[in-house]
Amino acid sequence: MTTPDDDQAYKYGFSTAVEAVTFGRGLNEDVIRAISNARDEPAFLLEFRLKALKTFLAMEEPTWAAVDYPKIDFQQLQYYSAPRKAGEKDKAKYDSLADVDPDVIATFEKLGIPLGEQKALAGVAVDAVFDSVSVATTHQKRLFDAGVIFCSFNEAVHLFPALIERWLGSVVPVADNYYAALNSAVFSDGSFVYIPPYVRCPLELSTYFRINNTEAGQFERTLIIADVGAYVSYLEGCTAPKSSKHQLHAAVVELVTLDEAEIKYSTVQNWYAGDRATGEGGVYNFVTKRGACRGRNSKISWTQVETGSAITWKYPSCILQGDGSVGEFYSVALTNGKMQADTGTKMVHLGRDTRSTIISKGIAADSSSNVYRGLVRVHPKAENARNYTQCDSMLVGKNSTAHTYPYIDVNNPTAQVEHEASTSKISEDQLFYFTSRGVSEEDAISAIVSGFCKEVLAVLPLEFAAEAHKLLTLKLENSVG
Amino acid sequence: MLAIDNLSASVNDHKILDGLTLHVKAGEVHAIMGPNGSGKSTLAKVVAGHPAFAVTGGSVAVDGVDLLALEPEERAHQGVFIGWQYPIEVPGVNNAEFLRLAYNAKRKATAQPELSAKDFDRLLDERMAAVEVDVAFKDRQLNAGFSGGQKKRNEILQMVVLEPKLAILDETDSGLDVDALRAVARGINAFRSPTRAIVLITHYERLLELVEPDVVHVLSAGRIVASGGKELARRIETQGYDGLVGGDA
Repeated sequence: MTTPDDDQAYKYGFSTAVEAVTFGRGLNEDVIRAISNARDEPAFLLEFRLKALKTFLAMEEPTWAAVDYPKIDFQQLQYYSAPRKAGEKDKAKYDSLADVDPDVIATFEKLGIPLGEQKALAGVAVDAVFDSVSVATTHQKRLFDAGVIFCSFNEAVHLFPALIERWLGSVVPVADNYYAALNSAVFSDGSFVYIPPYVRCPLELSTYFRINNTEAGQFERTLIIADVGAYVSYLEGCTAPKSSKHQLHAAVVELVTLDEAEIKYSTVQNWYAGDRATGEGGVYNFVTKRGACRGRNSKISWTQVETGSAITWKYPSCILQGDGSVGEFYSVALTNGKMQADTGTKMVHLGRDTRSTIISKGIAADSSSNVYRGLVRVHPKAENARNYTQCDSMLVGKNSTAHTYPYIDVNNPTAQVEHEASTSKISEDQLFYFTSRGVSEEDAISAIVSGFCKEVLAVLPLEFAAEAHKLLTLKLENSVG
Repeated sequence: MLAIDNLSASVNDHKILDGLTLHVKAGEVHAIMGPNGSGKSTLAKVVAGHPAFAVTGGSVAVDGVDLLALEPEERAHQGVFIGWQYPIEVPGVNNAEFLRLAYNAKRKATAQPELSAKDFDRLLDERMAAVEVDVAFKDRQLNAGFSGGQKKRNEILQMVVLEPKLAILDETDSGLDVDALRAVARGINAFRSPTRAIVLITHYERLLELVEPDVVHVLSAGRIVASGGKELARRIETQGYDGLVGGDA
């Protein structure tokens, strides 16, 4: 049962009637071969997938997270769904926008992501992924002129197989964890970025993921390489239609920075979170994101605003291998209704003089559960490592819960590691203070939440910051009292 | 201007105000004194529309407008201001931004153009100078980390920025040192005008020596039991409430 408020709160809940190619249900070698074949993949990639499948089938499902959900039957999911080109055989890549089903293009327009070259968002190149397939990438020529490769993962497999073969699985190995193994076997599409040496990418790059087929699992794979001295800022947005069933989204994102390079990766995630009152439906967002600062003085920063999904389970992490490398994690995770989040980060200090900063803001409303889980590990040879962690929770209403599980594992005596934490509430008294001064309750919540999150919102790219702020306010409507 | 008639109100089914009547004309300053627990702060909260209190009878009107029919924000837009006894801390929210939010909300509600951040900043500087509050308070978080006295002075600052026509100040003087008290008194006196009504809720005579009231009331067991000139405040200071309030106060 949804209320008008829910409809307004999740305006991306519409779905598009589009014919789709799928491969039936179930997970076995045949399905893997069919996926690889449909994408016309080179042999090395098929091998990669098959090895991953074997690994996955031998692993056990992890249950240590503080999230509760009915057991997933992996044999009941569909592992491939691509919007079928009108009247054409199934193909994994589109030659031009003209070949794409107009309903799919209209979907992205409705979401505020115009794909035609004239109307394309200026200053931001967009790769649009509809279910498992990348539909269009804007500004490709301009980027290519700058030497930047930004295309769908599948395109990259065909155009730059050597790059894929070299880097795929180098940051998140196939056996890393259960969902990474699954993803490595059945991954669909995603984005690929390569920035050549000393190039500062002229545009912000962005991928917009839209789940439409609610029967299919979503397994994107993204790989971003910043070569020596390069810089790129990448934005990721995600939405999905409402469904009474749960949808599994198990993506893997790998980032690599070489010497002096920097990757800034920002996410605003607003997957359908399920019915606010009953918790029915909603996306399971089980994602592995990791960045490896392989080079000296390189930097990777993750900024995330998580406001959706029935369950969010992810730890964007940094491996600080290069001497002087820097890792950052800025996060606002908001849960309401019956959402559950178990999220945080891992900062692993390996090289000398490495630094990491973690600022995590959790907001838990209604009957939701919000967990921060973080690891700061300093290896024995990591001289002069520095970490600063600030972990704040805000409880809204009377039934939400927030928990913090910080793991601090320091094996070098020259390290300096700081951890601060706080918990607060938006109280009725605070709201009344605002209303008694003539400020509406809505503006009051917006001001209080914005104040709470300001350190994180301040590092989001401008386009996202305004949207993130509005999203947070919207999600907290009717939460207090 | 303020007409409270036979007002009764309770919290958690516990009756606090019991047939309270109070009339204040524009241009006047009234003081309300009374023993602890008599309902002084409750009166302020009920006039402001605090959700925890239920009005069980009577009426409250400002210039003929029925306040009880309005939401707290609307009452503020009508020109009602309460200087709170315990101002709430709101960490993370900038003090100056809060004031601008409130100021512009009122402008919007009264169909006036809102002020830009720059213009508001100039206005704020003026008002801060008028009530002798350090400009450093623009950068502070709303009441967070303020001393008790600083909170009270922040309430007075809000009053002179929002320019209400009715200001009820609940124990504004408690927690203030001698100099701060004088500064606050100067602020209130400068704020007096023939078109404004001010109600001072206080325990002590000393504020009333600096801000001379036109009428002094004694509130006991939820209603006004005595009214007089400022000599009533003197009497209370020297003799307490004996003889003025009922035995079961």
